[in-house]
Amino acid sequence: MRFTGTDAYVATDDLRVAVNAAVTLERPLLVKGEPGTGKTMLALEVAKALGRPLLQWHVKSTSKAQQGLYEYDAVSRLRDSQLGDPRVHDIANYIKRGPVWDAFNSEQPAVLLIDEVDKADIEFPNDLLRELDRMEFHVYETQTLVKARHRPAIIITSNNEKELPDAFLRRCFFHYIRFPDRDTMERIVEVHYPGIKKTLLASALNAFFEIREVPGLKKKPSTSELLDWLKLLVAEDIPPEALASQDSGKIIPPLHGALLKNEQDVHLFERLVFLSRRGRG
Amino acid sequence: MLTDFFFQLRDGGVPVSVKEWLALLHGLEANVAQYRVEDFYYLARTVLVKNEAHYDRFDRVFAAYFKAVASVPDALVAQIPAEWLRRQAELNLTDEEKAAIQALGGWEKLMETLRQRLEEQKGRHQGGSKWIGTAGTSPFGAHGFNPEGVRIGQEGSRNRRAVKVWDERQYRNLDDRLELGTRNIKVALRRLRKFAREGAAEELDLDDTVRSTARNAGWLDIRMVPERHNAVKVLLFVDIGGSMDDHVKVCEELFSAARSEFKHLEHFYFHNCVYETVWKDNRRRNSERHPVLDVIHKYPADYKLVFVGDATMSPYEISYPGGSVEHHNEEPGAAWMQRLLDVYQKAAWINPQPEDRWGYYDSVGLLRSIMGGRMFPLTLEGLDRAMRELVR
Repeated sequence: MRFTGTDAYVATDDLRVAVNAAVTLERPLLVKGEPGTGKTMLALEVAKALGRPLLQWHVKSTSKAQQGLYEYDAVSRLRDSQLGDPRVHDIANYIKRGPVWDAFNSEQPAVLLIDEVDKADIEFPNDLLRELDRMEFHVYETQTLVKARHRPAIIITSNNEKELPDAFLRRCFFHYIRFPDRDTMERIVEVHYPGIKKTLLASALNAFFEIREVPGLKKKPSTSELLDWLKLLVAEDIPPEALASQDSGKIIPPLHGALLKNEQDVHLFERLVFLSRRGRG
Repeated sequence: MLTDFFFQLRDGGVPVSVKEWLALLHGLEANVAQYRVEDFYYLARTVLVKNEAHYDRFDRVFAAYFKAVASVPDALVAQIPAEWLRRQAELNLTDEEKAAIQALGGWEKLMETLRQRLEEQKGRHQGGSKWIGTAGTSPFGAHGFNPEGVRIGQEGSRNRRAVKVWDERQYRNLDDRLELGTRNIKVALRRLRKFAREGAAEELDLDDTVRSTARNAGWLDIRMVPERHNAVKVLLFVDIGGSMDDHVKVCEELFSAARSEFKHLEHFYFHNCVYETVWKDNRRRNSERHPVLDVIHKYPADYKLVFVGDATMSPYEISYPGGSVEHHNEEPGAAWMQRLLDVYQKAAWINPQPEDRWGYYDSVGLLRSIMGGRMFPLTLEGLDRAMRELVR
C-alpha cells in the first residue's frame, strides 16, 4: 500500500517517496523541518492512510530511552512486599510497557511516532540503536527477549535543537520538510478550509508571506499558524480589503495574535508597519 | 550497479556508508521509486543523505553524474538515421514504452541493460541503430534523461564542476580533521560540565532510603531526589570577519563542540571588539542586531562569559570612542567589555592566535589586561586552563 497524502494532509512528491521508502523497507524515517510544518501530523496521517494503529511517544528533556521500552517499578514492588501483596511474586506485575514495546507487540503492523527526539539527552538516540535496527530488546528483569511481530513504521521528528549521533542517523532514512511554496500552501489551505473565499485567501497569503519576510522575528509564523489565522478570519467574516494593509486605517492585520506569538515580535512588526506607512505618507 | 555514483557521492563529500547504499538498492528492488527520475532522486536523497546541510552537495553530484550518463546516448544519436529519431520521438512516453520498461524489470534492470547496450555499441558501429531503436534509448529517454528529467540541479556548469572537484577534495581533508578536533575540544569542554539537582524529585535516593528505613525500624520510607542536569550556562561571543578568517575552521569546531555539550548556550557575534550591539546571524548582521544592554539584562549573572577572538586590531578600536572600523561608537570598546565583565564574574577570552605571537600586538595586551589576564590560546591545553578558570 502506498502513501499519497490524505484528504487532510498535502504530501509533496519528495515526502511521498520518503514515506513510501521508509514503510516499504521498514526503516525508521527521521523528519526534520521548521516547527509547524506538519512533522507530527505526518505520523497521524500515515497511520490513517495506511489504516494502521498509531502509537505515540512524546519525548521530553527528562525522557530516557528505557521509558519507551518498559519501566520497572521497583518502589511499588518493595512497598507491596511489606504489605504482603501476593502480586509481589511475579516481577512481571511491576513492569510497565512503553510505546515501543506496544508497537512491537501489535497484532498488525503499527505506526510508531517518536516525537521531538532532539529534546532528550545527547545519549538518548544512541540508546535506541539496537531497538531501531533489529527491532528487538531484552527485558532484564524477566530475562525475556521482546521481538517485533511486525516491524512497525517508525517516524521520528526532530526540531534540530541538537545534533543527532552518526550511528543513529545511519539507521534512519531522512527527510527535511521544506517550508511550502505558494502553490503548495494554497493546496494546504484548500484542504483545510474548502471554499474559503478566493480573494480572502489571496490577500491572506500575501499578508502571511510578507510577515514571514520581516527580518528579526523571533518565531516566523508557519503553516499551522496560518491555518489558525484563516480559521479566525473566516469565523469573523473579515472582508479581504481589510487585509490589504496599504489603505486601511488599521496598523496591522486583524487578529494577528494567531500569527505572531511573541509580544516583542508584535511590537517590532507594529514599528515596522508604522515606519513604512510614514515613509509612504 | 550505479557503483560509480556511490563513489562520486563519497568523493563529493556526502558521507554515504555501504549500509545505506545497500538500502538504496533494496529500495530500487522493492520498486519504491517508480519510473521517474524525480522519484529516484527523492528516494536516493531520503536514503543516502542524513543532514539537510548535505542536500546541496548531493544535488551537485547527482546532476553531474546523471548528466554524464545522459550525454553518452547523445553521441550515439548522432549516428542514428533521422527517420528513426523521428519515430523515437513519437514513441516517447507511450503506453507500450511503459510496458517495455516493465518487461525489462524496472529501473534497476534498465540501468544495467543500458550500460550493456552502450558497451556493446562500442563494438558494433554498423548495426547500432537497429537495436537501440527497438529497446535501448527510448525507455532511457522516457525515463527522464531528457532535459525535463535532469532538471534537478542543473546549476553545475562544466567549468564550475571542475573547480568543485578540487573544492570537495579539500573539504574532505578538513572534514576529517574537524571530527578529530571536535572530539578533543568536547573532552576539554567537558570540564565545564557541572551537575546540579533541580526540578521535581523523581529518582530514588538509595542511601537516604536505606538510612531512613533503618531509622523507621525497618518500615519502608522512600526518599526521592531530583535528577541531575547539566546546569552550566554559557554566553559565547565570537569574533567574526576580518583577521578572524584565518581561524574560521577551528572556531567552527569549537562552536559545534560547545553546542552539543551545553544545554544553555547563547552565542553572539561581534567584530574585533564588543561595542553597543552584537548579532546572532552573520548574514543578517546589519538588520538584526541585539543591544549588549539587552543581553546583560536578559541573561542572569550566573552565565559564564566566553569570548573567542584573535584580539588583533588597532588599539584605538578598544580604547577610543569612534575607534570601530565599522561604525561610529559613542563609547570605547573597553567600556562595553568592562560592563559585561562587571555582570559576569566568570569569564575567559579564548584566542586562536598562537600564544607566542600575542606579544606582537598591543591590542592583545590591552584586552588581556581588561580581562584580568584571563586570555587563553585555542589549544587543548589552553581550553583546559580556560575551563578551570571558569569553574574556579
